[in-house]
Amino acid sequence: MRIIHYEDIVEKVSKACQDVNFDIGSDVFDSFKKSLETETSENGKYILEQLIENAVIAKEERVPMCQDTGVAVLIVELGQDCHIVGGSLYSAINEGVVKGYSDGFLRHSIVGNPISRTTSTTYNTPAVIHIELLPGDQLILNLSAKGAGSENMSSMKMLKPSDGLQGVKDFIIETVRIAGPNACPPLIVGVGIGGNFERCAYLAKKSLFRPIGFRNISKEISTLEKDLIEEINKLGIGPQGMGGNTTALDVKIEMEACHIASLPVAINLNCHASRHKKIIM
Amino acid sequence: MLSIKIISPFDQKTIDSLKSGNRVLITGTIYTARDAAHKRMYEAIQRGESLPFNVEGQVIYYVGPTPQKPGQIIGSAGPTTSERMDKYSPSLLDYGLKGMIGKGYRSKEVVDSIKKNKSLYLAAIGGSGALIARTIKSMDVIAYEDLGTEAVRKITVENFPAIVINDSYGNDWYADKEINQSK
Repeated sequence: MRIIHYEDIVEKVSKACQDVNFDIGSDVFDSFKKSLETETSENGKYILEQLIENAVIAKEERVPMCQDTGVAVLIVELGQDCHIVGGSLYSAINEGVVKGYSDGFLRHSIVGNPISRTTSTTYNTPAVIHIELLPGDQLILNLSAKGAGSENMSSMKMLKPSDGLQGVKDFIIETVRIAGPNACPPLIVGVGIGGNFERCAYLAKKSLFRPIGFRNISKEISTLEKDLIEEINKLGIGPQGMGGNTTALDVKIEMEACHIASLPVAINLNCHASRHKKIIM
Repeated sequence: MLSIKIISPFDQKTIDSLKSGNRVLITGTIYTARDAAHKRMYEAIQRGESLPFNVEGQVIYYVGPTPQKPGQIIGSAGPTTSERMDKYSPSLLDYGLKGMIGKGYRSKEVVDSIKKNKSLYLAAIGGSGALIARTIKSMDVIAYEDLGTEAVRKITVENFPAIVINDSYGNDWYADKEINQSK
């Protein structure tokens, strides 16, 4: 049995909330640079250059790369032989988010009541927390700061099994097309296929935690990912919807078993500020 | 393509000279407002009350900045998605607003109103909040302070980068970009 202290979780989460918002990470940064070499439109190139400069300023000055510092979304891999002492895991994570967002001068972007939009919550909480219970004694916190511009253009549909692969591809491409400039392209397109209604959306979110350039281990899915990157980049949307061939930096797909009557597909879009961090305790 | 330097508030000559797809660098005064502030201003217009600042001839930037660190003028301050302001924009344009800066599509009603009122809609680069903050030289909260990040701010900018999306002639860069690209 491994013991992990509440305070350690608070500190690690607090630091990670700040780090993800200040430092875009090499996978995204390198893909900006790579895209600059292949981008065909003049405005598209100009925007990629600005994004590169913006990332450098944010990292050097430790300021947020984007004013939408997001909702903290965590996928927690909790080993069943790991014991957390000093308080609940949920409280520790939320306390870490409050500390990280306030110490880092990050934005409080949450309303307590989505209809009246009046009640305020404790600084940028609650975090959205998913826990996966696994064998072993490790605790891994996968943290992301998810912005609303791209979240708002995400979509979910229960397709018919007869829609097949073409139906899945059409829905993904249509979602990216409709999102256009609103989702802040170049995008990372996260896709969940299968599961059921809520599981499918979770798979789409989870896929976004995989770094850019890392393909799904299944050959069938990795081929689909590569095909979709190519097709999406032919849409002509380009950086910030100004035209060009850099619309998606990557496409990530996670697939699971589903009911014989169903073909659930969820698309979770992520703007170019794809902010993720893995904390291994 | 070079960026065109323009002064804010925009005069009619400047507006008339700009075409969708033009890159600009803006210097001058701009007001910030997003969802909650727009709702309040819209409701004030409905009730026949005065607005917290005279919008006539002015430019509004859709932004909710991060809190400024000690020594900073403003925190990161990139554009937010404009379509959420679509419900409120035609009233403000009819009231004399001459420019809007945000990102993303506008509704048909807003696009028509931009043409009718001979004004402009520009996009700043979404997700470049640290870079844009460097172009902001002063910031004062002037209304709705209780809205926090959504309060109305008066800012002065120097070479603030943006791209004209909807010009005063009815052109739409997002819709026309494929045609423009093939030119």
